[in-house]
Amino acid sequence: MTVLARSAEVTRRYGGVLALDRVSIDIRAGELVGLLGPNGAGKSTLINLFVGLRRPTSGTVELFGGSPLDPLIRRNIGVTPQETGLPEVLRVGEIADFVSAHFPDRVGTPELLERFGLQDLIKRQVGGLSGGQRRRLAVALAFAGRPKMVFLDEPTTGLDVEARRALWDGIRAFHDDGGTVLLTSHYLEEIEALAQRVVVVGHGRVLADDTVRAVRDMVGVRRVSLNAGALPELPGVLGVEHDDGRTHLVTTDPDRLVVELVRSGTPFSGLEIRPTTLEEAFLAITSKESTRV
Amino acid sequence: MSDLILVHTRYQVLEQMRIPISWVASAFFPAASMLAFVVPFAADDPTAATRATGAMMMIGAISAALIGLSITVSQDREQPWNPYLRTLPAGPLPRFAGRIITTMAIMVVAVIPVLVIAALFTEAAITWPRLLMGVAALLAGSVPFMLIGLFIGFVLPSKAAIAVSQLLFFPMCILGGLFLPPQMMPDFVQTISLYVPSRGAVELVWSATTGTAADTVGLVMLAVWTVAAAVAAVWAYRRDEGRRFA
Repeated sequence: MTVLARSAEVTRRYGGVLALDRVSIDIRAGELVGLLGPNGAGKSTLINLFVGLRRPTSGTVELFGGSPLDPLIRRNIGVTPQETGLPEVLRVGEIADFVSAHFPDRVGTPELLERFGLQDLIKRQVGGLSGGQRRRLAVALAFAGRPKMVFLDEPTTGLDVEARRALWDGIRAFHDDGGTVLLTSHYLEEIEALAQRVVVVGHGRVLADDTVRAVRDMVGVRRVSLNAGALPELPGVLGVEHDDGRTHLVTTDPDRLVVELVRSGTPFSGLEIRPTTLEEAFLAITSKESTRV
Repeated sequence: MSDLILVHTRYQVLEQMRIPISWVASAFFPAASMLAFVVPFAADDPTAATRATGAMMMIGAISAALIGLSITVSQDREQPWNPYLRTLPAGPLPRFAGRIITTMAIMVVAVIPVLVIAALFTEAAITWPRLLMGVAALLAGSVPFMLIGLFIGFVLPSKAAIAVSQLLFFPMCILGGLFLPPQMMPDFVQTISLYVPSRGAVELVWSATTGTAADTVGLVMLAVWTVAAAVAAVWAYRRDEGRRFA
C-alpha cells in the first residue's frame, strides 16, 4: 500500500529539550491510526512535523511523496485547529468559506456545515458559540477540501456523549470512503472505537506500534503498591514509582510478583493490587524507558 | 494565486471591520497632528500647507504600516489559529498580500480626515488628478514600512513588537522630515534624512501632489529599503515556526 505520511529517524529538539528521538513511522493509505501518549510525549510535535508546521532537527518527513512544507502537497490533507483560537468576530459560514477557498475540490460550506450539524449556525459569530459547537466547527474545517488524509488532534474533547458518537460516525464514514486518519486522543475508548492501529509515544519515542488489541493487552497491567525498603529483583516488572514512602510496581503478572516477593523474605506491609488506568500504564511504560536511558 | 490573495484580504478586512475602533485609532493621530502642527503654522502658504498635508498623510500611513502591522502580526502569532492557517495549502504570499492590501485600505480611510481638515482650515490646494497621484504615491511609499512591520511582527513577541515599532516610528518620522521640513533641520540630519525610507516616501508624495522634482538619492534609498525589507520579511516568515508554548 502507498505510504501517505512517513517519518524516518526523525529527531526534533527545542533548545536542550529532546521532543522526538529517532522516530520512524509509516502511515499507509486507508489506515485509521490512533496516536496515544501522555502530555508532553511528543504527539503534537509529530503531528506538527507531518503538517508542515515544524522542521525536523534531523531525519526526514514525507507527506504524499513530497515535503509537508510544499503548499501543493498540503492540498491533500485536512487539519483541525484548536477551537480556542477560532477568530471570534467572524461568522461560522465565513470561516468555512475562507478555509474551503484554499482547496481546488471543495465540499461547499452548506453541505460541510450540515454534515456536522452546524447548518443553523451559519450566520453566528464564533464568539457566540458554545465549546461543543466550536469543537464541531474545528473538526468540520479539516474536511472542507475533500482531503485524502486528515490529522485530528483531540477531536471530541469537551463534547457530550451524543455529539461524540455523531462525530465518530462522521470519521468512520470518511474512513469507509477510503480516507486516511491520524487521530490523537486522551480517551482509550475513542481510540478503541475508531482506530485499527495504535502508536504509543512517550518521552519522544515510539513505545508501541501495533493493533488496538495488542496495545489493549499491553495496557491490561496491574499496579502493586506496598511499603517496603529495598526490593530484590522481581519478575515481570514494567515500571517502578515511589511516592510518600510507598513503592508502586506495574506488572503484567501480579500473582507471580507477590509469590516471588514473599519467597524473597523481604519485609513489606500495606500490599494493594489494582488495575491500572491507561494513563498509569503509559506513565509506567514511559518511566521505565527513562530509567533505562 | 490571485484568488487566494482576495480571499485573505476579504478575511482580514472582515476581521478589522468588526472591530471599528482600529479604524478610528488609525485616523485619529494624523488628524490630530494636522490640527496641532499644520493648521496653526503652515495654513496660509498654499505650497507649504500642501506639503505639510502630504507629510501628515505619510505619518498616518507609517503608523498604520509599521505599528499596526507589527502589533497585529505578533498578536496573531500568539493565537493557536495562526499555526492552523499555516497548515492550509498556501504559501506566505496570499497572507502577506492580504495584510498589505488591508493596511492600505486603513491608510486610505485615515487620509480622509486629514484631507477634510486641509480643505477647511488651510490654503492647501490640489487638483483631482494630483490628489489621486498623491494617494498612489502614499501607498507605494508605505510598502517598505509595511514590510518592516511584518518583519518585526514575525520576529518579536507582541509586547516587544509594540515597543520596538514605536521606537522606530518617531525617529523615522523626524529624520524623514515629516514633522519639520527637511530644510529646517541641522545639516547632519539633512544628510541622514536622505537615507531613511520615510524621506524617499514623502518626496514621492510631494512630487505627486505639488509637481516638484523628488530627490534622487531619497528615491533610490526608498527602493533599496523596499527590497531589503521584503527579503527580511520573507526570511522572518520562513524562520517563524510559531511559539513553542503558544
